[in-house]
Amino acid sequence: MPTASAAPLDQRSEVLWMEGVDKTFNGNVHALKGMSLRVGEGDFISLLGPSGCGKSTALRLISDLIHPTRGRITWAGGQHAGDLGVVFQEPTLMPWATVAQNVWLPFRLRGKTYTSVRDDVLEALKLVGLEKFQNAYPRELSGGMKMRVSIARAMVTHPRLILMDEPFAALDEITRFRLNDDLLELKDKIGCTVIFVTHSVFESVFLSDRIVVMAARPGRVIRELTVDAPYPRDDAFRTSPEYAAHCRAASDALHEAMEQAA
Amino acid sequence: MTAIDDRSATPEIVDEDEARRARARKLDKIGKWTLPVVVMIITVFLWDRLVVWNEIPHYILPGPLLVFETLIKDWAMLFDALMVTLQITLMALAVAVLGGVGLAILFTQSRWVEMSFYPYAVILQVTPIVAIAPLIFIYVDSRIAGLLLCAWLVAFFPVLSNTTLGLNSADHNLRDLFRIYGATRWQRLRYLQLPSALPYFLGGLRIAGGLSLIGAVVAEYVAGTGGIGSGLAFRILEAGYRLNIPRMFAALILIAATGVIIFAGLSFLSHMLLRKWHESALKREG
Repeated sequence: MPTASAAPLDQRSEVLWMEGVDKTFNGNVHALKGMSLRVGEGDFISLLGPSGCGKSTALRLISDLIHPTRGRITWAGGQHAGDLGVVFQEPTLMPWATVAQNVWLPFRLRGKTYTSVRDDVLEALKLVGLEKFQNAYPRELSGGMKMRVSIARAMVTHPRLILMDEPFAALDEITRFRLNDDLLELKDKIGCTVIFVTHSVFESVFLSDRIVVMAARPGRVIRELTVDAPYPRDDAFRTSPEYAAHCRAASDALHEAMEQAA
Repeated sequence: MTAIDDRSATPEIVDEDEARRARARKLDKIGKWTLPVVVMIITVFLWDRLVVWNEIPHYILPGPLLVFETLIKDWAMLFDALMVTLQITLMALAVAVLGGVGLAILFTQSRWVEMSFYPYAVILQVTPIVAIAPLIFIYVDSRIAGLLLCAWLVAFFPVLSNTTLGLNSADHNLRDLFRIYGATRWQRLRYLQLPSALPYFLGGLRIAGGLSLIGAVVAEYVAGTGGIGSGLAFRILEAGYRLNIPRMFAALILIAATGVIIFAGLSFLSHMLLRKWHESALKREG
């Protein structure tokens, strides 16, 4: 798997694709119109756009919580249990369960006992640096640590695709930077495929190799940018002229998106 | 601050504010227990003086000492009566918990069931038990069953409504997560809804504990038959007819004490079950 992320963008095998997906609420609110997206193995895709552009709707469609009004979403080889991991804007942990029990949840819902998957749970916690806190309760953790638990839970089943809906939006800048670094480190280690919703230009450029810029009313894709800087990326990348150029391009596209909406 | 990684206290440095707050907390802790006791002692003392100074006859208002003596003297009879009332109360509470939680689970499993039956649960709750009780004793032959039914009618609603609220107030994102992971209805109930409902249920339980005692007492008043196997309420009625006011007071004290003990017991249970994770049971640090 880790080799997949090293393959050039156009040679990656497909995980999932969306074809002309529309979603209409109440008969006249076009949350999403004609969205097509091809997700390749190892992609880190950011959905970037102002609020109301259908970013979250797209994630809810992919996670099958809602169904397209028109169009199709197809998993390569069909979807199976544990193919999908999700991280919400809030950590969304069960307060009555310990950290380890929270991470166990995706397995537990597939009928697996804790002992049978303990190694996977501890491995996931180790990857996010929380193996010492496996018996702590969520309330004992800081906001950033809770988010790490949430990430560990999303990837514990080694899903083919991880969806992240503005996971760091509620955190302070310093924690956010650190989690961005850690997320890339994780991606490097396990080679996961991620769709990441954000409204931060900087975050999208730093994290992703593809940025899908979206506009609102109706929610739609207006541009796709490629960030071809190699992983792993670090602080040097954050201060490079290349990074600045990508940020400008993404920022311009975002402005365009906001003007179109207005 | 409860975050583990934030604990870096250096005990040598004394902060005036902190010290003052610690002293205030200590005083609070002492006051919480001593003040009610002091108030109680003063009240009993004034009660005693009121009776002695005004020479009030004991068949109108007995002094505290006489009440205490009666409590000791009639202990065997009052204790038997207390056991009867307590038995009804606890059985009613148990049935209220089973019925309330069971019905709440049924309600959350099916909107149709909830829409059909919830209004009737409300009607049962808002109709005063004193008004229904005589009917119950006409139709139900067994006296115990009648008492139980009355106490249950009063007690089950807070369990039902609180548990229903709790089952429906599971975090929305967690619900979505359970759906994404393909959880079955049973798994969602067992791993998500029941734990979410626990604090609400325990809140309802504490209210139901007091209400089942009230229900049992009211039902005894209405049932009214005496003899062997009658509860505290009947003893109060009987003592009233015989102008044995000290015994009325003694029985009343027993009922009140029972109510307090039930409430304290349920509060303790609630604390033990929630102390590890729920906000209501957490001690604030700093």
